[in-house]
Amino acid sequence: MTQRNVIRNREIVQDDWEYLGAEDAVPEGGKVIVELARWKQEREALLQAAEEVGVLLRGDDDPKELLEDFEHLSAISLDFPKFADGRCYSHARLLRERYGWKKDLRAHGDILRDQAFFLWRCGVDVLEIREDKDINDALEAFREFSVTYQPAADSQQAIYHLR
Amino acid sequence: MYRYDNYDSKIVYERVAQFRGQVERRMSGELSEDEFRPLRLMNGLYLQRHAYMLRVAIPYGLLSSDQVRTLAKIARDYDKGYGHITTRQNIQYNWPKLQEVPDLLEELAHVEMHAIQTSGNCIRNISADHFAGIAGDEIEDPRPYCEIMRQWSTFHPEFSFLPRKFKIAVTGATRDRAAVRFHDIGYRIVENEAGERGFEVIVGGGMGRTPIIGEVITEFLPKEHLLSYTEAILRVYNLFGRRDNKYKARIKILVRSLGIEEFKRQVEEEWEQIKDSALHLTQEEIDRVSAYFVAPDYSDEPGDVSEVEAFASSNPKFARWYKRNVHEHKVEGYFAVTLSLKAPGVPPGDITDAQLDLVADLADTYSFGRVRTTHEQNLVFSDVPANQLVALWEALDENALATPNVGTLADMICCPGLDFCALANAGSIGVAASIYERFDDLDYLYDLGEIKLKMSGCINSCGHHHVGHIGILGIDKRGEEFYQLMLGGEASDDASLGKWLGPALPKGDVPDAVGKVLDVYVEEREDGERFIDTYRRIGPDKFKERVYDAA
Repeated sequence: MTQRNVIRNREIVQDDWEYLGAEDAVPEGGKVIVELARWKQEREALLQAAEEVGVLLRGDDDPKELLEDFEHLSAISLDFPKFADGRCYSHARLLRERYGWKKDLRAHGDILRDQAFFLWRCGVDVLEIREDKDINDALEAFREFSVTYQPAADSQQAIYHLR
Repeated sequence: MYRYDNYDSKIVYERVAQFRGQVERRMSGELSEDEFRPLRLMNGLYLQRHAYMLRVAIPYGLLSSDQVRTLAKIARDYDKGYGHITTRQNIQYNWPKLQEVPDLLEELAHVEMHAIQTSGNCIRNISADHFAGIAGDEIEDPRPYCEIMRQWSTFHPEFSFLPRKFKIAVTGATRDRAAVRFHDIGYRIVENEAGERGFEVIVGGGMGRTPIIGEVITEFLPKEHLLSYTEAILRVYNLFGRRDNKYKARIKILVRSLGIEEFKRQVEEEWEQIKDSALHLTQEEIDRVSAYFVAPDYSDEPGDVSEVEAFASSNPKFARWYKRNVHEHKVEGYFAVTLSLKAPGVPPGDITDAQLDLVADLADTYSFGRVRTTHEQNLVFSDVPANQLVALWEALDENALATPNVGTLADMICCPGLDFCALANAGSIGVAASIYERFDDLDYLYDLGEIKLKMSGCINSCGHHHVGHIGILGIDKRGEEFYQLMLGGEASDDASLGKWLGPALPKGDVPDAVGKVLDVYVEEREDGERFIDTYRRIGPDKFKERVYDAA
């Protein structure tokens, strides 16, 4: 299997998760991420075959559908098919702030450094920076802003609580 | 007015540094134009027909004289010596060079200004009644709430990639001068039966291709819930607004397809979950921000209104300006003065660097150093004492800035059109000029009374043609510029959308067609009736016959 680098908790680390298409065989003992539909259909088989399982949520999926599965899942990945598709920012905050998801929350797809700070603030801790971009460069994004105005997944304080 | 503290200023300077980096990455080729596009758009930088255009935010239209001087300097140093006041109370520069934009932004940051979220699919500059804080019909000054929402919406991590742009307006007056029914969200400060103040919240209004009058989602929202309720609306929109078609992506389409009842149900279900979160707005914060908007130190002896009127009766030129451009003020002996940016031969809303410098000086001398921009593309001196009014007029008149046409047909709203804008199908500035020339008789304009003429160069309707008493829309017909006339729009409390009068007209026929419409009005009007009232009473038929039958 191929390895790639991702940003996890603001550090570059090697990643051994693999995304499986609807028909792909489940590698024995691997860490796999499947779409919600496949997860719902093959839950038991996936848990048995793979070492760890994650689910890829799309913008029009409802994260509530995973509420009962949290203990079985090791990661939730959010799909950003295009830079401009911002639905999963809401999913991220709901998963972190309302549904209590504590494990890895990944951003997958068209991920550039310029979303990094927003994603982090919404509770995404693993960033799959697009492979044609310099991942070292993307780390800079976390240093761009030192102050934020509004509460989000990273801080339950509005700036007016600090003033 | 609001002053930045360390937090605000840090955010703005950090933004400048971030954008400088983005521009460098674009210049080096590391970012493609496609990748740079959403980044520059979030900072108000458009690629237009001839050059980049930068839109600078003027939060709720309020400026200090120092800020105005910086805007003048930018016009001089980074542009061709002028700027353009927009219908969202912002200012646009049409000729900045990409590599100089970071320096320009830094100059803005020195005077607590920025271009953050002046474009892109995010929460845009929040607009307000341009007479906020000085209007006699005001329940409460809306600007503290605009500022609170400005901060909440700035770099909102969840709402920076919405389906489409998002515009908010707030009024605290009983008469709506902020067009709150034509915004994605409009807030009206109201009082309930218990005498408590809160907001009536209106959602899903807008112009563009599909003009819709917004609907009331809640009649009374206690102030403490302003941010949580707004966040709930935005979250429902972010998740469920259409993203497959940019022409159907505004919140108005979502509200219309769900129906206001179902939309409200979804919003309030979400709101229940967050109303007691950290978004709960404290009275301390309202008080802290409100303290920045206290009234200036008004004089006990602002002079006598009767002396102004005496001067007016001896000076007809002043009298005309006094009647059209000077407005009542809630403080006895003070006036608000509109500086019309609709002078002959100048595109509506344009202002030069020298004029901006003069405006700053006049504001310092006559109006506590404060200037406002209006969504009708004019400027306002908000607090002029009676005993200084004539002096202000003389200074304006000497500099050809006392054009006495506010509220008349000549006080047109107009987008930049084909001359600048990459979206436009037709010119608007040229047509505005031809209408201006055709109706240059001030007495005739005064006789016509209040008429709102609004013109856009394409269906995106930046010139708000849907809500003009007379609206004009430029279209492209097989490579030629044609113009559609619509009548009966109104943006204020008695909001209505204009209706097409008939087939589009060639460019040269527009002034005559407007003339015929006005003739019908003059013939049909009853005592004291405004154009819009006559139109509403008699309907379109007579106007239609006159414009099209004789042709």
